[in-house]
Amino acid sequence: MNTANRLAPYMFMAPAAVIMGLCLLYPLGYMIYGSFLDWNPSQSIGEADFVGFKNYINLFFDPAFRESLGVTLTFAVSVVIAELVIGVGLALLLDRNIRGMSLLRTLFILPMMIAPVVVGLMWRYMYHPTVGTFNRFLKSIGLEGVDWLGQNALLSVIIADIWQWTPFIFILSLAALQSLPRSALEAARIDGATNWQQIVYIKIPLMMPVLIVTALLRLIDAFKVLEVILVMTEGGPGLSTEIVALRISRTATEFRELGTAAAMSNYLLILLLLLTVAMFAFTRFQDARAARLARQVQEEG
Amino acid sequence: MAEIRLEKLVKRYGSVEVLHGIELEMADNEFTVLVGPSGCGKSTTLRMIAGLESVSSGEIYVDGRPISHLDPKDRGLAMVFQDYALYPHMDVAGNISFALRLQKRPKPEIQAKVKEVAEVVGLTDFLHRKPAALSGGQRQRVAMARALAKDSGIFLFDEPLSNLDAKLRGQMRAELAVMRQTVQKNMIYVTHDQIEAMTLADRIVVMHGGYIQQQGSPEELFKRPANKFVAGFLGSPPMNFLEAELVRDADRTFVQGASFKLEVPEDKAATLAATTRQVIVGIRPSDLNFSADAEDQVALDLKVRVSEYIGAQSVLLCACGQDDVTVELKSETPIALGETLRFAVRPEGIHLFDRSTERAL
Ligand SMILES: Nc1ncnc2c1ncn2[C@@H]1O[C@H](COP(=O)(O)OP(=O)(O)OP(=O)(O)O)[C@@H](O)[C@H]1O
Ligand SMILES: [Mg+2]
Repeated sequence: MNTANRLAPYMFMAPAAVIMGLCLLYPLGYMIYGSFLDWNPSQSIGEADFVGFKNYINLFFDPAFRESLGVTLTFAVSVVIAELVIGVGLALLLDRNIRGMSLLRTLFILPMMIAPVVVGLMWRYMYHPTVGTFNRFLKSIGLEGVDWLGQNALLSVIIADIWQWTPFIFILSLAALQSLPRSALEAARIDGATNWQQIVYIKIPLMMPVLIVTALLRLIDAFKVLEVILVMTEGGPGLSTEIVALRISRTATEFRELGTAAAMSNYLLILLLLLTVAMFAFTRFQDARAARLARQVQEEG
Repeated sequence: MAEIRLEKLVKRYGSVEVLHGIELEMADNEFTVLVGPSGCGKSTTLRMIAGLESVSSGEIYVDGRPISHLDPKDRGLAMVFQDYALYPHMDVAGNISFALRLQKRPKPEIQAKVKEVAEVVGLTDFLHRKPAALSGGQRQRVAMARALAKDSGIFLFDEPLSNLDAKLRGQMRAELAVMRQTVQKNMIYVTHDQIEAMTLADRIVVMHGGYIQQQGSPEELFKRPANKFVAGFLGSPPMNFLEAELVRDADRTFVQGASFKLEVPEDKAATLAATTRQVIVGIRPSDLNFSADAEDQVALDLKVRVSEYIGAQSVLLCACGQDDVTVELKSETPIALGETLRFAVRPEGIHLFDRSTERAL
């Protein structure tokens, strides 16, 4: 009776756990196993030759993959920094009770709700060298058109991503701002802090925990973007916008090297895992510190 | 170091007026306590002085200079908040020195100042703690130290002790009273605790419903309340109120209720208008003395219902006919529940209020 009772919760959870395990772990294991094979899409996984770490080693020295990794890093780091600056800036500006502000806030988060493929198409048309919105506008005021998706492809892609994902940081920062202790800000005003000093010395430091987690989330996401870039540039011109996710898909479909593609995915996975662990470590660190402070108070009675 | 004057101060939130023309003058180095029930507008008044709330109409003068258009930082005041409002990410020293650092004072000066005020409030050992690692009382001290460090002439407190437990509150109150002796500042202190008000204030301002009911020294307000509200608000246990009629008999004046008839002292009777009849008699619990052989016209006969023992004193809840009356009494007085006892009323303890206007007569 007693043991049955103790086991009951696990029994109820078992079906869900099994399904989760199958859905998550099976594909993951499949991919990891695949990354050790020299595997052509026409072969079944059993027919492929086992090559050990050859795929990983080849990739490590492959200049194309390295470039792709470089593009991904540049892309991810620049979008996250730009989005943080703009998103937090907007939140600081719009954190006030003026009429119409709620409408404005709603408008600001619209880009986030649009499907990535649509965003890609939209920006591709706007960037079009002759009939695109930007160049038509530039020409109408007498300026040279810009070769958006040619010479400046990476920048253009970064701009599109900033447009789509700044709202994410904006709403999270706004929520963080609005939950700041009101009276601490009032105390700062009385202590003589200007608006700018309140932002620098009080608001930003107090928002920091939220900002760090938000930035890590965005970074993880930015490493995985695919659709927008696929639609806008297909990685070109050359390899200039070929992020890792795109290279993986091309390696698997165009170059027909499933093993290499799987190895690439694993590199990306390791990178993302590191970021995720960093994020968890950060939140755990925060919790531990709060707990330690609380204990310190208690011990003194 | 400043004289503050509020002139016809009005606060409106939308169409709701919560302060109706507050007129108040606070002399240099005066400790003013704003006291009143919840929602009467104490905090709003204080926050308007601080510049945290806009002034709807009227004006605030400091040393004759209008300040209602100034930012809080330009008003030269320090404030202690009810929830302390410490900067959670700064340690105690950082909290105390924030204002000085913003003013870009030289480092050695800041350090000396932090050390000095930390000593005043007894925080020297905690300078490198974050607020989260401090107890409520310690946080309170940090808030106080932060305000002291600013060296401003005006000190505002919004219920600074209300988040502390009873014992700590008493202790901090005593410390405040000591600090008050040495710190020469103009202090405005908001509380709804009348004991804090009575012990700390040079001048008490009793507020109710957005109006000032009365202001003056604690003694003045206690002895000569301007109306029934003030009389009932100050003093613990609160004043007893009994409805009665004025009866004039030859050259003596009485107040007669359902089950009592008390003589009004002559000097008081002389000031009463001949037309007043309906009154409320107010008697503080401490103005009733157990005295079995007192004469009829100076005594109340009370039936003891409940006795609350609170140490040296006991509080008796009694019935006087249909009315409730509380009495304060030395605990050793032998009394039994259900007994009817006679209590003499001290003649100067009889307060009379007009029944319709509730003003003191
Ligand atoms: N932002 C606001 N909008 C509308 N009404 C408000 C606002 N702030 C305060 N009030 C009203 O103003 C009145 C006075 O509030 P205030 O905070 O000054 O009361 P208080 O005397 O400090 O009370 P307490 O002892 O509970 O702190 C209250 O009736 C309150 O409802
Ligand atoms: Mg208040």
